[in-house]
Parts: sequence; C-alpha cells; structure tokens
Amino acid sequence: MSTSGSPAKSAAPPAPEAGHRSPTAVRFEDVRKSYGATPVLRGVGLEVAGGTTTCVIGPSGSGKSTLLRCANLLEVPDSGRVLIGGEAITAPGADVDRIRTRVGMVFQRFHLFPHHTVLDNVTLALRQVLGTPREKAVEIARSRLAEVGLTGVEDRRPHQLSGGQQQRVAIARSLAMDPEVMLFDEATSALDPELVKGVLAVMRDLAGRGMTMLVVTHEMRFAREVAHQVAFLDGGRLLETAPPEQFFDAPRSERLRGFLDQVL
Amino acid sequence: MNGLHRVRDTFFNGHLLAEVFPSLLRTGLLNTLVLALLASAIGLVAGILLASGLMSRRLVVRVPCRTYVDILRGLPHILSIYLIGQGLPLAGLNVFGTWTYGYAALAIGLTEGSYMAEIFRSGFQSVDPGIVEAARSLGMSHGKAMRLVVVPVGFRRVLPALTGQFILVIKSTALVYLLGLVTGQREMFAIAQDASANDASLTPLVAAGVLYLAITVPLTYAVNAWDRRLRDGRRARPATEPVPQQEALV
Repeated sequence: MSTSGSPAKSAAPPAPEAGHRSPTAVRFEDVRKSYGATPVLRGVGLEVAGGTTTCVIGPSGSGKSTLLRCANLLEVPDSGRVLIGGEAITAPGADVDRIRTRVGMVFQRFHLFPHHTVLDNVTLALRQVLGTPREKAVEIARSRLAEVGLTGVEDRRPHQLSGGQQQRVAIARSLAMDPEVMLFDEATSALDPELVKGVLAVMRDLAGRGMTMLVVTHEMRFAREVAHQVAFLDGGRLLETAPPEQFFDAPRSERLRGFLDQVL
Repeated sequence: MNGLHRVRDTFFNGHLLAEVFPSLLRTGLLNTLVLALLASAIGLVAGILLASGLMSRRLVVRVPCRTYVDILRGLPHILSIYLIGQGLPLAGLNVFGTWTYGYAALAIGLTEGSYMAEIFRSGFQSVDPGIVEAARSLGMSHGKAMRLVVVPVGFRRVLPALTGQFILVIKSTALVYLLGLVTGQREMFAIAQDASANDASLTPLVAAGVLYLAITVPLTYAVNAWDRRLRDGRRARPATEPVPQQEALV
C-alpha cells in the first residue's frame, strides 16, 4: 500500500468481510466513570462491529481516552458494561488478563519495554503470557515487524529508534498476540509530523485487512478515509455516531458542527 | 632526614609489610569478601522485600516497613552492629551458633537492607506507569508485570546508587572486629589493626587501605561499564545509522 496522500475517497470503505469474527467485537453499554467528583463518562453506549474501524474524536478532556481504556479495563467503569466479543470484561470475576490478550492497545507514548531489544519487546508477552516457544515467538515477531515495515532493527533498543519506528514496534508487539481488536489511543499525537504518515499507513493497512479497530485520534483525514463509523464524544457523552461521509459532511448536532469548524 | 625516615617507618615500613601482607591477603581479603557478599545478599533480599512493603497499599504492611527503615537508617552503624551482632547471641537467639560471621553478616545486611529498600523503592516507583500499563494490556498479571518489567527496569535505574551501597557494605565489614573474632575469622581491618598495634607502625593499615581500594574502585568502574552495556544493548550500534523509515507496506 502506498503511503502517499490520496484525495479523500468519496465512496464508503469496503464493507467488512463476513467471517469468523463475532458480529459485535466491542460493545459499551451505558458506561459511566468519574474521577472523584468529576464525571468523565456520562453513560456511553457504542458498538464496534467485527472487522470494522471506529474512530472516536472530540475535544481534549471529552473522555475519549478514558472510554478507550475502559475497553481493556485499564480504567474500571463505575457502572455499565464493556463486552469484548460478547464476553463482559467488566463482569465480577472475569478473567481480565485472559481477555486482555485478545485486545491489543497502542499508546500515545509507545511505552516499549526499555530494557529489551525490539525483538524481545515483541516476543515477551507471547512467551510469558501465551507460553509460545521461543523459536515460534521469534518467527511471529519477525513477520509482525516486517508487516509494520521494520526489518533490520530487531537487536536495537527502543531509545535507538525514531518515534515513528517505536510506535510501529508497539503496534507489532500488540499484533503478535493475534488480537481480535486493536485499540489506538492517539497513536500519532506524540510523533514528529514527518513520522505520522508511516504510522497512519500501518493503521490504514491493518484496517484494510479487516482488523477490528477502535481509534481515538485527531487525524480527521484518517477518520474520514479509513473509518466505517465515526463517533463524537463531548463532555463524557456520545453526541453523534455516523458513517464518515455523513459525520463530516452533514453533522446533525450544532456542537459537532462547531467542533469540525475548528479542526478542519 | 630523620623525620623522613620516621614517616616512612610509620606508613611504609617494607619489612613489616612483607610480614603482614600474606595473612592480609589469605585470611583478611578472603574473609572481607565472604562477609561482604553475605551481607550484600542479605541486604538485597531485605531491601527488595522492604521496598515492596514500603510501596504496599496496606497500612499494616507499610507502617512496619517504614518504621524499620527509619530506625535502621537513623542509628549509627556501630550501634546496630553491636545490638544485632552481640545482642542476638546474648539474648539466647543463637541462630548461627558460635559462628560470628553469621551475626556480623546479618547485622550489616539488615542495616544495609534499610538503605537498599529506599533505593529500590525510588527505582521501582520511577518506572513509567505507562510501560506497566502496556504490560498489563498484553495480558500480564500484576505479578508478571512486576517481575518482568518493573523490577528489571527499576533495578537498572538504581544500579549506580546500589554500587555505592555495596561499597559501603565492604567498608562496613571493617566494623565486625567489634564482635570479637578468632584469628582465622579476622577480616582485613582486624588483621591490620592487630599488626599495627603490635609494631607501633601504621604500615599494615595502609596496606589494608590499598586492598580496600583495590576492591572498591574497580567495582565502581565495572558496574558503570555494566550499566552502559545494559543501556545500549548487547550489540550497540550508533543510533544515527540510517534505517528505512517510510517503506511502503505490503
């Protein structure tokens, strides 16, 4: 896939293939969360169909990251449910660690393991969590690294890589677990402008291959071109959820219109 | 000239040096190293356990650990060594029988453990919570994330401070003469001190000092080198080496 910019597609992204994935890969049901007295999520419901990409946009402090972090329980909702492939990660007694192996997460600031080489970053959880034998884990890691366009850096430490390379290692690290869902928390916000494209290209490629993705982003063009569904979060409420053309070209709420005027 | 001779006889008496050096090396150095290693091992274990306790969310764990660390860091070493090293056998707690080393190593180890606890705590707490979240998001349990990420990353970060502490342990071993050691148990300082007292010359102490430095100074450099290697990886290459950046993706 080319990384060079192409004009915004007017056609809808290809529909996801019907396959082995469950119809609804991620489902938020009336999720509420407060930090102390400050409500961050005020009852959010959202569904991400298997094999599709949903982008969540909204002003800072609107609760986007918190919502995303509720999906793998890095934040515990005060009430409401989150289901991954039909299984409630929020249920009391849920095997959270096991469910998390099915949900990959990419962070704004990469969060690679600084004491490990690139290769070991990708194999660590494979070996220690899934119990994959070393040779097999290395083989998976190499192919995942190749997928994100990184070869020849396996023996380096994270600090020897550019931000864009680090983020792609982080993506490979998550992909190595063969997740059903990938979460992206402003994955390009901490990157130098010239490195953003490479990471977005990897994400675009993933979406194109039918990965289920929930993406918190400020990259409006990415949302328009890649997402099947765009959600607007404001003040802890989901104000609007729509396919990208409708979302960007015919926003219903005044608030979203105002927001898009500011960012586009 | 007489003055210079006196200085030489006091500090660098070759005759006395030749006499004391073999036992300094054979008995003293060995005992000092064994004692330092034992005490360091005790200190490391105590330090890591106490550090975990200091970070505990439970008050019943945190307060006793905090109290222990505050007390042992606040006492003069010489006092702790007497209290533990002599106190335990006197009080009938003969955990090591008549093996003075055991008490000595325990006394030094428990004291150093309180310092190491603070070093470890600061190291573990300095680990970016983000990488812990990354580990958890990959399905690692809290324990695995601690063992595979927090401890190794925190440990590397405190390596220089820890080296300083190991050097203090080596120097602390000189205090065990207070506990009364039989001839074969004497470490470098005890041997040097005895010899100095016998011959009214400080040459043995100077020799012991050189031996202490021969351990402590290379240790500092060795750990610094190790530290650099841990930072840069096994096969460090310059970070500026060009790497394909924006390759097309399949």
